[in-house]
Amino acid sequence: MARESGMAEKEAEMSGKQPGMGSKEPGMIELSQVSRIFTVGDQQVGALRGIDLSIGAGDYVSIMGPSGSGKSTLLNLIGLLDRPTSGTYKLEGRDVTSLNDVQQARVRSEKIGFVFQAFHLVPRLTAAMNIELPMILAGLPAEERKFRVREALANYGLLERADHRPDQLSGGQRQRVAIARATSMHPSVLLADEPTGNLDQTTGKEVLHLLEQLHEQGVALVMVTHDPAIGGRAERQIHMVDGKIVSVTGDGG
Amino acid sequence: MKFNDITQFATASLRGSPARTLLMMLAMSIGVAAVVVLTALGEGARGYVVGQFSALGTNLVIVMPGRTETAGISPGMLIGQVPREITLDDAEAILRSPAVKRIAPLTVGSALLSHGSLSREVVVLGSTSDLLAVRHMAMSMGRFLPAGDLHESTPVCVLGDELRRQLFGNAPAVGQWVRLGDRRFRVIGVLAPQGESMGMRTDELAIVPIAAAHQLFNTSGVFRVLIEAKSRESIGSAQRDAERILFQRHGEKDVTVITQDAVLATFDRILTALTMAVGGIAAISLAVAGVLIMNVMLIAVAQRVKEIGLLKALGASGRLIRNLFFAEAALLSGVGAITGLGLGYLGSLLIRQLYPIIPASPPWWAVLAACGTAIGTGILFSVWPARRAARLDPVAALAGR
Repeated sequence: MARESGMAEKEAEMSGKQPGMGSKEPGMIELSQVSRIFTVGDQQVGALRGIDLSIGAGDYVSIMGPSGSGKSTLLNLIGLLDRPTSGTYKLEGRDVTSLNDVQQARVRSEKIGFVFQAFHLVPRLTAAMNIELPMILAGLPAEERKFRVREALANYGLLERADHRPDQLSGGQRQRVAIARATSMHPSVLLADEPTGNLDQTTGKEVLHLLEQLHEQGVALVMVTHDPAIGGRAERQIHMVDGKIVSVTGDGG
Repeated sequence: MKFNDITQFATASLRGSPARTLLMMLAMSIGVAAVVVLTALGEGARGYVVGQFSALGTNLVIVMPGRTETAGISPGMLIGQVPREITLDDAEAILRSPAVKRIAPLTVGSALLSHGSLSREVVVLGSTSDLLAVRHMAMSMGRFLPAGDLHESTPVCVLGDELRRQLFGNAPAVGQWVRLGDRRFRVIGVLAPQGESMGMRTDELAIVPIAAAHQLFNTSGVFRVLIEAKSRESIGSAQRDAERILFQRHGEKDVTVITQDAVLATFDRILTALTMAVGGIAAISLAVAGVLIMNVMLIAVAQRVKEIGLLKALGASGRLIRNLFFAEAALLSGVGAITGLGLGYLGSLLIRQLYPIIPASPPWWAVLAACGTAIGTGILFSVWPARRAARLDPVAALAGR
C-alpha cells in the first residue's frame, strides 16, 4: 500500500495544486448536472437536482440553505462518500464518479479532509491516535506518522492533551483534534459539515478561525452551515433550496 | 494500511470491549481444549493398550491348539475344547525354524498353594526357563526355572510377589518348601512386582516346570506356545514356520498361530478410530464457537457503524474495513486457540498426574486440526459480518443509521 500511495503522490504533484487558479478555468472540483435521487419506500426523492458547481483550488465556499435542501448531500458527494445518480464530478480533472471503491478511498485519503458537526472521534483512541488514524489507513511509515502527529498537536495547541481520550476533552478541543486529523494527510480540500454546530459561540469562533487559517495556507474550504453569520464569511456563498442552487453570492461568482 | 497497523488496530478494538473479547476467547479455547484433552485421552488409552501388549513380550507369535477363525487371544486364558493337543515335542520342534529365537510352552491350571497353616488357591503356570525372557518378566529374588530338558519334572517353583507376601510376609521365601496340590515344591525365586498385564496378574502366579505342571494336573497337552521371533521382520516367517512344522507333525491344520502384531494392529486401529471420533465430536464445539464469533462480529459491526463510516470517510476502502474485521476474528480465534492449547496440555498433564498408567498426550494431528479448525471457523464465520461492514454506506453509517 505504501507503494501505491507513493505513486499517487507523484500523480498529485503532476496534476499540481495551483493556488490562484482563476474561476474561469476548470476548477479543482467540477460538478456538472449532478443529481442524487434517493428512493424512500416507493417514492423517489431528489436530494440534488441538476447541480453545476465549480470550486477552484484554495477557494473558500460556504453552502447554505434550510435543512433538507441537499447541502449535506452535496458535501458528501464532493467528499466521495456518496455517488451521484446522474451527472459528472471531476476532481482535479479526473472523473471520480466512475472510480471503484478502492480508488475512491484512496482519493478520500489523499485529497479530502472531513470535519463533522459531531466530531466523530474514535472514543477508545487518544487524541494523538485519532490524529494518526488517516495516516495509518494510508499506510504511512510509523516514524513519519509520529513526526506529523507531533507537529499537528503543536500546531493546534493539543500537546498536553495528546494522551487524553475524546471524553476527557472539551468540545473545542475535540473539534481541534478532528481538524488536525482532517489535515494530517495534507488534503487539497477540507469539507466541513456544520463544524461549529455543536460548539458554543466562543469556541465556535475559534474553530472557524482555525479553518480560515488553513484556507489561507492554500487549502480549499467547503463549509456547510445554516448560520448566515458564519456562511457569510466565505468568499463565495451558495444558497440551496430543494436540491437546487438558487443563488451564488460573493466575489467568486 | 500496513499489516502491523492492521493487527494493532484490531487488537485495540478487541481491547475496546474486553468482556466480550474474553468470553469469545473462552468459547474458542474451551473448544480447542476439549479437542486436545479428549484426543489426548484417546491416545492415552491407545498407548495404554499398546504398552500392555508390549509388556507381554516383543515379536511374539502365539500357537494355540484348535482351529479358530477369529483372531484374538482370550486374556483370561480360558481352557477350551482341545481337538488335538500340542505336545512338548511339538513345541520343541518349532525351535528348528531359523526365524525363532526362543519358545515358551505354557500349561495353565489352578491348585491349592499352602505353606504352614496358610493356603490359597492360585493359578499355576507350567513353563520353561525361557518364559522369563519371552514374557519380559523380572526376578526380585532367587532365580527363575532352571534350563534343561523340557520333560524333566524338577519340584521347584517361582512365586509372584503378592503370593510371597501373603505366604511368607517378611520372612525369606527362597529355599522354603511349599505345597501345590498334592506335591511339594521348593521356592527358588520370586518375581518382581509387575502388576496386571492383559488380565493376568503375574504377582499372583506360581510358575513351575511344565513337566511338573503336567503331573500336577495330570495332563500332557500344551495350552499355548509363546514364540519369540528373532526380529520384527522375522515375525511373519516365524508364524509360517510354526504353522508348517505343526502341519507336518500333525498331518492337518489343527492349530491356530497368531501374531501379537496382528492383535495389536487391530486394537491400534480401533482406538485410533475412537480417538478421531471423540476429537470430531469435540470439534463440533469449535463450530459452535465459530457461530458465536459470527454473532459477536455482527454485534461489533452494528455497534461500530459510526466508526466504520468514519474510517471510510478518512480513506479506508471497503476491502480495508473487511480486512480489519478479518484480523479481529483471526486474532480472537488465534489467541483463543493458543489459550485452548495451553488449557488442553494442562488438562492432559493433569490426567497423567492423576492416572499415571494412561499416557495421555494429544496427538500432533489433533493439535493441528484443533488450531486449524478454530482459526478457520473464526475467519469463515466472520466473512459475512466483515462483508456487511465493508458494504456499509458511509453517509448512513456516519449518521448512525
